[in-house]
Amino acid sequence: MNLTMTPQEDKPAPAPPVEPPAVPVRVEAPAAPQSRAAAEPPAGAPALTVRKLSVYFGATQALKSVSLDVAVHAVTAIIGPSGCGKSTFLRSLNRMHELVPEARMEGEIRLFGQDICSPGVEPVTVRRRIGMVFQKSNPFPTMSIAENVTVGLRLNGERRRSVLNDRTEQSLRMAALWDEVKDRLGAPAISLSGGQQQRLCIARALAVQPQVLLMDEPASALDPLATSKIESLILELKKEYTIVIVTHNMQQAARVSDYTAFFYLGELVEFGPTAKMFTSPAKKRTEDYVTGRFG
Amino acid sequence: MSATNHRWRKFKNVLMQAVALACALLVVAPLGLVFYHLIKSGIGSVNWAFFTQLPKPVGESGGGMANAIAGTFILLGLAALIGVPVGVLGGVYLSEYGSSRLNWWIRFAADVLNGVPSIIWGIVVYALVVVPMKGFSAWAGGIVLGMMMIPLIMRTSEEVLQLVPNGYREASLALGIPRWRTIVQIVLRTAMKGIVTGVLLALARVAGETAPLLFTAFGNRFWNHSLSDPIAALPLQIFNYAISPYDDWHRQAWAGALVLLLLITAVNVGVRVLTRDRFQKPA
Repeated sequence: MNLTMTPQEDKPAPAPPVEPPAVPVRVEAPAAPQSRAAAEPPAGAPALTVRKLSVYFGATQALKSVSLDVAVHAVTAIIGPSGCGKSTFLRSLNRMHELVPEARMEGEIRLFGQDICSPGVEPVTVRRRIGMVFQKSNPFPTMSIAENVTVGLRLNGERRRSVLNDRTEQSLRMAALWDEVKDRLGAPAISLSGGQQQRLCIARALAVQPQVLLMDEPASALDPLATSKIESLILELKKEYTIVIVTHNMQQAARVSDYTAFFYLGELVEFGPTAKMFTSPAKKRTEDYVTGRFG
Repeated sequence: MSATNHRWRKFKNVLMQAVALACALLVVAPLGLVFYHLIKSGIGSVNWAFFTQLPKPVGESGGGMANAIAGTFILLGLAALIGVPVGVLGGVYLSEYGSSRLNWWIRFAADVLNGVPSIIWGIVVYALVVVPMKGFSAWAGGIVLGMMMIPLIMRTSEEVLQLVPNGYREASLALGIPRWRTIVQIVLRTAMKGIVTGVLLALARVAGETAPLLFTAFGNRFWNHSLSDPIAALPLQIFNYAISPYDDWHRQAWAGALVLLLLITAVNVGVRVLTRDRFQKPA
């Protein structure tokens, strides 16, 4: 796996020699500063602080008082057996859980110190700062490749052609897709292969310049080669973004993440640096899970 | 099992299949008969004058149904103006918003409305529009056809909107795109072909309505100069000519019926062509 990852890593990505691509993304990115200025090292203040988060769907409680810090410019992996609440946790981070009518949330989520889950905060503004990539790639079938990338900007009122064109290239470069599609930006998005479609969805999420990227099993529907491309992309993206990834694949969590959180039955069992979680976990249950003894 | 038993069972199977096939063909046969009869009786009177001239007075031969053809299109245009926005937005409500309890009632109401005999629509609009306006009018005709289209379009729109995978809605919302824009630019756009199909089929359905127009558009032997005046329509003209005692008018009625049927068939064929290479969603 690592053999295939290394060669791809250097060719696409945010190529440094070419003038505007990756860098402006951070410069223009909204609202990052205050808390980062407060804490000098980027890893100092967490990007997301979650405190006593409980989520209910009707009468059932899907998350039980979860508290967790998501580090800046790092990959945090969420693992756990099916139905443990890891997707619910991820979706509540940008308030996508609210799409379920009977969903209810308690606790606190702060993005760089700013409350994002109180009723007064518009979910729309939260989702512009916290992007999301889904398990099943879902490029809009009525739109071309380029239109898919810029849709988030266009439907939020951006009209300037030059901005849209620049952002298309930047985002596709960051998603390691530019070289494969630059000659057919007008082609229908669904003409791409499954792995390319997923990278297009990542480019689409990047184009609105979020600060945090949530990924819900982004590679579980892809073949091993496409998976390794997504993984090397994640490693590249964490230089610019804070990433939270849900995965069923423990090797994947070990390969790409800096921190790992283990969820079981709606509770956060253990959270720590990935290396420690996979070699010397503090809890017996974590050890059983990462060694494949259950789940 | 003996051989005769086996043959008997095979025979029953073939018999059953033959009966089912015959019934299926019986569905198609009327269409063939209708076309055959209309072409035989009507084609002789379909000529240039039929599409370009007004009806001639009794006793004079020739003339055409230009005003009725134009009238049908005007009435359909007015009907679409009312039926399409209300029907499509109603479908949007049922599919995208709406509580299941209220939706149940709306759907039930729409289904009942779809079954209301068209003459009752005519009487209702007569009371609601024609009486207050003190006269038959194109408006009244358009309104009655539009009202008939609403439940049809609403149900088909709801169905095709439900076919749009939820992943597209989620992807759009996760980009920070507001809900109404998600519905208008992502969901409706994805379902556009299905909605257009539903609209066209609803138009084809009301294009041939006669009964409701008797009380509303009324018919007109001349060009319509104002939407507040009575207006001619193909089905009305066919009806009036068919019950007249004149052979010449009977021939014109056949021609009108043929044109109307071709019009509706054209819409249906158009819908098939439109939906043929309908975009396959990725698996």
